[in-house]
Amino acid sequence: MDKPINNAAWFLILPAFAIVLFNAVIPMMTVVNYSVQDSFGNNQFFWNGLGWFQELLDPSSELGGRFFASLGRSALFSAIVLAVQVPLGIAVALSMPRSGIALALCLVFIAMPLLIPWNVVGTMWQLYSRSDIGLLGWTVNAIGIPFNYTNSVLAAWTVLVLMDTWHWTGLIALLCYAGLKSIPDAYYQAARIDGASRWAVFTRIELPKLRSVLLIGVLLRFMDSFMIYTEPFVVTGGGPGSVTTFLSIDLVKIALGQFDLGKAGAMSIVYTLIILAVCWVFYTVMVTPENKGARE
Amino acid sequence: MARIDLVDLAHAYRPNPTTDADYALRPMNTSWRQGGAYALLGPSGCGKTTLLNIISGLVVPSRGHVLFDGVDVTRLATEKRNIAQVFQFPVIYDTMTVRENLAFPLRNRGMPAAAVAARVGEIAELLDLNVDLDRRARALTPDAKQKISLGRGLVRSDVAAILFDEPLTVIDPALKWELRSKLKALHRALDLTMIYVTHDQTEALTFADTVVVMHDGAIVQMGRPNELFERPEHTFVGHFIGSPGMNVLPAKVEGRTADVGGVPIALGRSYSAIPPGRKIEIGIRPEYVRLSSGEGVPVRVERIDDLGRIRFAKVRLGDARLSVVAPPGVRLEDDRSRVSFDPAQIHVYADSRRIEGDA
Repeated sequence: MDKPINNAAWFLILPAFAIVLFNAVIPMMTVVNYSVQDSFGNNQFFWNGLGWFQELLDPSSELGGRFFASLGRSALFSAIVLAVQVPLGIAVALSMPRSGIALALCLVFIAMPLLIPWNVVGTMWQLYSRSDIGLLGWTVNAIGIPFNYTNSVLAAWTVLVLMDTWHWTGLIALLCYAGLKSIPDAYYQAARIDGASRWAVFTRIELPKLRSVLLIGVLLRFMDSFMIYTEPFVVTGGGPGSVTTFLSIDLVKIALGQFDLGKAGAMSIVYTLIILAVCWVFYTVMVTPENKGARE
Repeated sequence: MARIDLVDLAHAYRPNPTTDADYALRPMNTSWRQGGAYALLGPSGCGKTTLLNIISGLVVPSRGHVLFDGVDVTRLATEKRNIAQVFQFPVIYDTMTVRENLAFPLRNRGMPAAAVAARVGEIAELLDLNVDLDRRARALTPDAKQKISLGRGLVRSDVAAILFDEPLTVIDPALKWELRSKLKALHRALDLTMIYVTHDQTEALTFADTVVVMHDGAIVQMGRPNELFERPEHTFVGHFIGSPGMNVLPAKVEGRTADVGGVPIALGRSYSAIPPGRKIEIGIRPEYVRLSSGEGVPVRVERIDDLGRIRFAKVRLGDARLSVVAPPGVRLEDDRSRVSFDPAQIHVYADSRRIEGDA
């Protein structure tokens, strides 16, 4: 049967299109517009072409050097955060009680940090880690280990990693818990009958079944940690020196501290592209073996 | 390979069971001989799977003992018991190939690689999994996956028994036959004890040489398929086996006559010493009731179900309803139909249990 084709239906998506245009395309294009111009006071703009991009991607220039240094710090931070939080989250999920009131309490306590706003988390850890009045900082100093995040690189990074782990490991744990819950009992029973060790049960049953939730967990944690701004801004303000100046912090310094809108625009675009690219790579790498198995 | 004895075995999932209803399995004593093909048959929730899990050690019974060849294994862990179990849904290790899946139980027990390879090849041959050996297990169809599950059970040559927990539920009807005959062939070839749980009587009757019928946590009859059909020891067995099941009619029995709602029916044997105060019923299979317009007691035909190969009529005898075989030519409008019973095939039940008559 021939159906009449009526393209008038396309008009129905116009409102949605208008909203997307307003909240995504137009702001994004503004940034693109800035990135190809140089700005001076008095709202004067001069065409700069791809100049900012060239400078940004050239490590020998002042802007480029700064960009790659903060990019490196952001990448390192994300790598540490993933390496700590993913195994820890899985371990927490595996050791959670299976039922009853203990489970309910456990879920509440694990979810609690997730509900606390970023700047509050930052403030909490800023106070908690201070060497003069903070419980953590004071204690560590008291047992003889010098710990002052305002002048020690290691201490500053430790505080940030601890804080992020405290804040977000619960997310991985909850995701993994849901994933573990969905594994039918028969798998564990079959493993017992097959004489599998606890380690084999983990690597051969649990981990493969957690694959899809871990994919989501790793993606979310990568994006969040790579874009982290508020907490380090509150705790360390990017210091001491610039050792905790991540890309986001550096970007704000350039945009709002120095009012170099062109440089900041170019940096924003490259920053966004990096996140997009890395997420795409993560996704592809983690999804591909599954598809291959199905197609073989 | 072993004989399995269950001694005074009972299980309740809740602590401190008091009444019969608290037990998932009521106290029982049974033994399963080495090399037998058993089917555990019963409706959902009758305790089949519990019994199976007790034998395999996944569940520790609240009472009694499980003996393998006389050795008490009641508290022995599953992995130490030499038992294989196949579950309702195919359980495969996703990340492994078919070959690795089959080798897994052997490797876990530290068998040398050469012996593992030989054994895996043998089992793959038996199950027609040869061509798939190096494929990822998760890429296969559900029935191939279930074959892998079966294979992991069969691959250990020393198992005391292989337990199947409704293993064909997810399999296509056409492949069900094939897999079931495969199991039967494997049973003959390997001389293994197999216990097969199902709620499907066809599956049970075609697979097993001994069918164990369970009802409400108790074994009500254990016997060969034809025994279950010809001499159901419990009205439940009569209902459950056969399609439609046995007709069970409340009656008063005296000597060689049963009185069903005022209609006298002759019995094959004489029942003189029926204890008073028990619920007395007679049971007869639809196959042994003849529907005709000639002889017997008058009935009203209410419905005729045509199953293609055979037709069954639902008839009304006084207040009681019966299923009877409808011979060709019988029509619904025949209000002068009569039924006659084969006296030798009528059983008498007191409180649902069959009682033996005198010759």
